[in-house]
Amino acid sequence: MSLNITVNGASRTVNAEPLTPLLHVLREELDVLSPKAGCQNGGCGTCTVLVDGEPRRSCLLPIAAVEGAEIRTVEGLAPPGQLSPLQEAWIHHYAAQCGFCTGGFLMAATAYLENGGSDDHTEIAKALGGHVCRCTGYVKILDAVSAAARGDSFDLTTTAAGLHTTLKGVDQ
Amino acid sequence: MSQGPEVLIPTSAAEAVELFGTGADTAVVGGGTILIPMLRLSDARPARALMLHHAGLAGISETGGRLTIGAMTPLNHLAAMADPIAACVAHIADLEIRGQATLGGNLCARNTDAPRGDLQGAMIALGASVRSVGAGGERTEPAEEFLANRDDRLVLDVSFELPAAGAYAYLDRAHTHEYTALAVSAVRTSDGAIRLGANGAGPHGLRLPSAEAAASDHAAAGSAALADVALFDDAIASAWYREKTLPVLVRRALDQLKEAA
Repeated sequence: MSLNITVNGASRTVNAEPLTPLLHVLREELDVLSPKAGCQNGGCGTCTVLVDGEPRRSCLLPIAAVEGAEIRTVEGLAPPGQLSPLQEAWIHHYAAQCGFCTGGFLMAATAYLENGGSDDHTEIAKALGGHVCRCTGYVKILDAVSAAARGDSFDLTTTAAGLHTTLKGVDQ
Repeated sequence: MSQGPEVLIPTSAAEAVELFGTGADTAVVGGGTILIPMLRLSDARPARALMLHHAGLAGISETGGRLTIGAMTPLNHLAAMADPIAACVAHIADLEIRGQATLGGNLCARNTDAPRGDLQGAMIALGASVRSVGAGGERTEPAEEFLANRDDRLVLDVSFELPAAGAYAYLDRAHTHEYTALAVSAVRTSDGAIRLGANGAGPHGLRLPSAEAAASDHAAAGSAALADVALFDDAIASAWYREKTLPVLVRRALDQLKEAA
């Protein structure tokens, strides 16, 4: 079937079987690669995207269920070459190690913050409870979301110089 | 999904009922949290899949103290309701899954490899009626009767009277992606009766009539509950463990119910 979805502000027409998971449409048809295919069973969180502002497992969502919906992924968190305040906090607090879980965490945390979430670690952990980080980075992740909730600002050129340079290289 | 089922997408409840027919060889896609991985990872190959997302079966209404909840209502829409529903929903999967999984799906979930369907016990305790269609037409029946005879049924909605008080006692989960091994829902109805439902104690949610009959003595009710269940081993807990903990959970649920307003 042919249907329309909006991905990071851009209207897209896709052709897919109705039960195809949104994850596969994003990755394989639309080349939106930040949602990762982890467990593909709803149990790891790394495919999480925002559907009309709410975090959802794109591996479990049939594409026909999100017809007309507005999908946001990491690619849409900030204009190209820029980072959202949450992403900056992530870098400052070294909240990513291998990075495979990061996209899902960022989207769930973005929804948490947009819904007025506080810097309380227990509340953040409740909101992010469905996400698995196998590098054991949970404390840093809680620190990063907490910092973003407080509105902390960072000079990434000094606080995480090496990592920031690496990211800039990727952007260019 | 090249060899997937024929997908039917009704745009009204009436069309959903008509397309479902007798439900033969038809998978019903509610939220999809169980079915989508099942279609991809298991050898289940239903001929037809009925997607309910556009059938207008979601929503909650209240008339004269009686709530009616559409089958496609996502679980997170139940999160602010009174116990045992709220406490039960808070211990189902995680935030994202609760936004997608539905009440109808929860009532149809099977204990194939895990004690699924946490709200079954809560609905039994609430004395909920389940309205479904399938072979022989429409049926409205108590949740426990629906659960015992739910093959090839399409759930339309669930309704119940708001309880005077409710409670939920459970074995806590190690992680949000774990299933609750065993839980007991307790309700005091508006006319003062006490009803108990259990999850993880049988092939689906079960009512605990022996425990209800002994409910004035919480510890005795706990022991009596063992006569009402069919305990089993699975990857999460052994039947032995469930036998040791069910009386405790019944007692705790009744203790909580007594404390509740």
